Amino acid sequence: MFNASSIIVGLEIGTSKVCAVVGDLAADGALNIVGLGQSRSRGVRKGEIADAPLAEEDVRHAIVEAEQMADVEIRSVYLGVTGGHLRGFNNRGVHPVVSADREISEEDVQDVIKNAKTINLPAQNHVIHAIRQHFLVDGQDGITNPVGMLGSRIEVDVHVVHGNLNRLQNAIRTVKGLQLEVDDIVFNGLASSLALLTNEQKELGSLVIDIGGGTTDYVVYANGIIKHTGVLAVGGDHVSNDLAYGLKVPLSRAEQLKIQHGASLLDEAAKGQSITISNELGLPVKTVNLEHLRRIMSLRLEEIFQLVGQGLEQADALDYLRAGVFLCGGGAHIPQVAKLAEQVLQMPVSLGKTNSISGLKSALDQPEFATAIGLVKFGSFQQRKRAAKSALTDGIKSTLGQLFRRV
Amino acid sequence: MNANAQKEALVETPKKNISVKVLGVGGAGINVMELMLKSGLPGIGFAAVETDAQSLAASSASEKVHLETQLLRGLGTGGDPDRGRALADEQLPKLKSLCEGTDVVFILAGLGGGAGTGMSPVLARAAKETGALALGFVTTPFGCEGGRRQRLAQAGLAELKSFADGVVCLPNQKVLTLIDENTSLLETFRIANNFLADGVRGVWRLLIHKGLIDIHFADLAALIRDRHAESSFAVAEAMGPTRSREVMDKLLAHPMLDGGHVLGESEAVLLSLIGGPDLTMAEVNRVMEQVNRQCEHAQVIMGAAIDEAFSERLAVTLIAARKNPEPPSEEPASAAGAEELAQQLLPCSTTARPGSRFVPPAPPLASDQVQQLLARQSRGGARQRKSQARSRQTQLPLEIVSKGRFDKSEPTIHKGEDLDVPTYIRRGVALN
Repeated sequence: MFNASSIIVGLEIGTSKVCAVVGDLAADGALNIVGLGQSRSRGVRKGEIADAPLAEEDVRHAIVEAEQMADVEIRSVYLGVTGGHLRGFNNRGVHPVVSADREISEEDVQDVIKNAKTINLPAQNHVIHAIRQHFLVDGQDGITNPVGMLGSRIEVDVHVVHGNLNRLQNAIRTVKGLQLEVDDIVFNGLASSLALLTNEQKELGSLVIDIGGGTTDYVVYANGIIKHTGVLAVGGDHVSNDLAYGLKVPLSRAEQLKIQHGASLLDEAAKGQSITISNELGLPVKTVNLEHLRRIMSLRLEEIFQLVGQGLEQADALDYLRAGVFLCGGGAHIPQVAKLAEQVLQMPVSLGKTNSISGLKSALDQPEFATAIGLVKFGSFQQRKRAAKSALTDGIKSTLGQLFRRV
Repeated sequence: MNANAQKEALVETPKKNISVKVLGVGGAGINVMELMLKSGLPGIGFAAVETDAQSLAASSASEKVHLETQLLRGLGTGGDPDRGRALADEQLPKLKSLCEGTDVVFILAGLGGGAGTGMSPVLARAAKETGALALGFVTTPFGCEGGRRQRLAQAGLAELKSFADGVVCLPNQKVLTLIDENTSLLETFRIANNFLADGVRGVWRLLIHKGLIDIHFADLAALIRDRHAESSFAVAEAMGPTRSREVMDKLLAHPMLDGGHVLGESEAVLLSLIGGPDLTMAEVNRVMEQVNRQCEHAQVIMGAAIDEAFSERLAVTLIAARKNPEPPSEEPASAAGAEELAQQLLPCSTTARPGSRFVPPAPPLASDQVQQLLARQSRGGARQRKSQARSRQTQLPLEIVSKGRFDKSEPTIHKGEDLDVPTYIRRGVALN
C-alpha cells in the first residue's frame, strides 16, 4: 500500500520568491530532488506574510509547478519560517541521577531534556525548535551520549528557537488554506545550514548566513551542534529600497539596477561612470551615477554584516568558527559580497553549495534554493526517525498478530 | 418627661437634665424605634406616629399617635407623601403637644414611602415651634426599590433638612456593600435599622453625659444646624487593652465613614469618647491623634465622659458634617454662571497648545548643509529615538525620509535605530 519511497516537500514562503522543492526519499535513505516550483512573492514583507490572499495565490502557483515537474500530488509540506520576532537562546537543564548505582539511563536523558525544555517564555511565544546540544555529566563537558555512563548529576544544553505564535500561525494558516498539511515548521536558517554544511564543517565550526529578500538568517555550528541562531529583519528589499530612495528611481527600476549593475564594493573603475536608463522605446530617460549606486549598496550590505557580527559577539559565538562563513540566499549572488563579508567579519567567507543530495543540478547550484532543499533534508531526517519508531511498533504488532492467528 | 439619672454613683459624671424624645414616623421609623426600645435606653420617651392602625398596635412605644382622617379611612397614605403631609398638617396641634416640654426630639423615619416622607418634615416643624431641637435620623431606599421611591426620598430629605436642625441620613444602599450575598432580606433590614439605632444612641449618650471634657448641647446644635448638609455619624466600641486602636480601626471601617474619606472631606467633626473609670489619657490621645490626622481641615470638637457601665470598654461616637458632595438640583443658577465667567476671565495657563506636527516640505538644501544636519542628527538623534521605541519616523525635521516599500510595515528597530531608513542616510554619507 505504501510506496517504497516517499515524497517530502519543502516550502519556503520568502519575501522575494515562494519556492517549493519536492524530494524523493528512497528506502535506503538516499535523497533525490525531483521537482522545483517557484513564483514571485507579492504578499510577504520582511519574511512575514503581510497580504494573505496574495501569498496564498503565490504558494498555489509554486506548488502546482512543483507538482507538475515532479509528477506527484503534494499533500503535506515542511514549512520554513522566519521573521524578526524569532529568537534563539541556550538553556540548560539539570537532573540528578536517582538510580542506586549512579548509572545514567535513557529515562534520565529524557528527563533532563524535558527539564531543559521548560523555559519561561512570554505568553504568546511558541517554541519552534529545542535542539539538543551537549550533555554534561558531573560538570564534564562534551558528552554526546551519556547513556551507560556513571554520574550523579546530568545536565544538558538545549538551543531553543522561539517566535510569536500568532505570526507563525499566519503562515501555517495560509498553507492550510490550500488544503495542504503542515508536517512541521522549521527555522529557515536551520534548513539552509542543513543543506550546506558537511559533518566536517559542523565539527570544525561554521557560520551560515542566509541573505534573503526580507531577512538575513544566521546559524552557528560548533563541535557538531548548533551554538547560536538569529534573525535580522534586513534583507535584499532594504537594498532596493535604499537605491530607490538614493537614486530617485521607482522601486522596480531600482531592483533591476541592483541585479544588473549592483556590487558590494566600490572600485576605482566605477568612479565617474553612469548608467543610462532607457524606457520601452529604447529612448534614454535618466542617467544614474554608478558610483552612487555602488556606494549605497555597499553601505547597506556592510551594515548587515556588521549587525550579524554584533549578534554573534553578544552570544559569544565568534571564536569557534574554524571552517569559516558560508553565504546563501539571493544575496549571495551579489558580486564580491564574500569579499565584503570577509572584510567585516575577519574570517574566510565562501558561497555555500548544497551537498549530499542528488537531483536537479540547476536547483542545487543556486544559493537561493538552499533553504527549500534544507527543508526537504530536515523532512527526510524526521521521516527516518518516524520510520525507526514505527518499525518498533510494527514489530510488536506483527508478533501479537501472529500470536492471535495461531490461536 | 424628664430624663432620670439612674446611676448616681460618685465615679460617674453627672448626667445632664435634658429631656429627650424619640419619635418613630412611618413603618420604617417605628421598626428602628422598636430596636432601640429592646436595647433599653433609660430616660427617653418613645412615641410612634403612624397612619396604619395595625402597626401602631404592634409597637411597644409608650405614646402612640394615630393620624387618621375621613379621607384615608384607615388605609394608610398609599405611598403618597403628599397625603402624609396633608394629614400631618391637619393634625399639627396633636404633634405639637407630643413635643411639648422636650429639649431634643429625634425623628426616626424611612424615606421613600408616604408616611415617613410626608410627615417627618411637618413633625420637625412642630418640634421647632415648641422650642425643641429637632434631629432627623432617616434612611433612603435601596437602589432596587426603584427610581420613584428614590426621588420621593430625596425630595423628602430636602424638605426635612429645611425644617429640622440637623439630619443624619443613612442610605440603605451603603448597607448592601457590607453584607454577605446570602443575607436574608429580614436580616438586611435589621442591619440597616441597627445602624440607625446605634447612631441615635451615640448622639444621645453625647448629650446625656456631662463629660470631663464637656460637649455642650449648644455645640451639637451649632454643628448640625449650620452645616445644613449631609452629616455622617459612626459609632464604634471596643474592649480590652488595645481598645483605643481597635475602636479607631472599627470607626474608620464603618460604612458611613467610607474608609476615612468622609473625615477628610468634613468641615466639622464632633467626637465623643465614653469609657469606664479606667480610661487613660494616653488612650484618648491616641484616638484623637488618629482623628486629627484624618481630618486636618476640620474643626474638631471632642468630648469625653465616664460611665461606670463602660469599665473595660471604650465607645466612640463620631459625627462629621460636610458640604454636600452632590449638588442639589435647585442650585442657584446665578452662582454657577458666576463660576463659569470667572474661569473664562482667569488666564488659563494649563491649556497650552499642543505641539504642531506639521512637517513642511523639504526645501532645497546645499549638500554640505545636508551633511551637517545629518551629522548632528545621527549623533544626538539616536538617544532620543531610543525613548520613542515604536514611534513613527521622526528623524529629520526638514527632510522627510519616506520608507518606500516599508512605509506601512512595522519598523525594524535595532539599538534605537530604524533599520528601514537607508543606511547611507543614517551614516550621513553624502552623494554628490
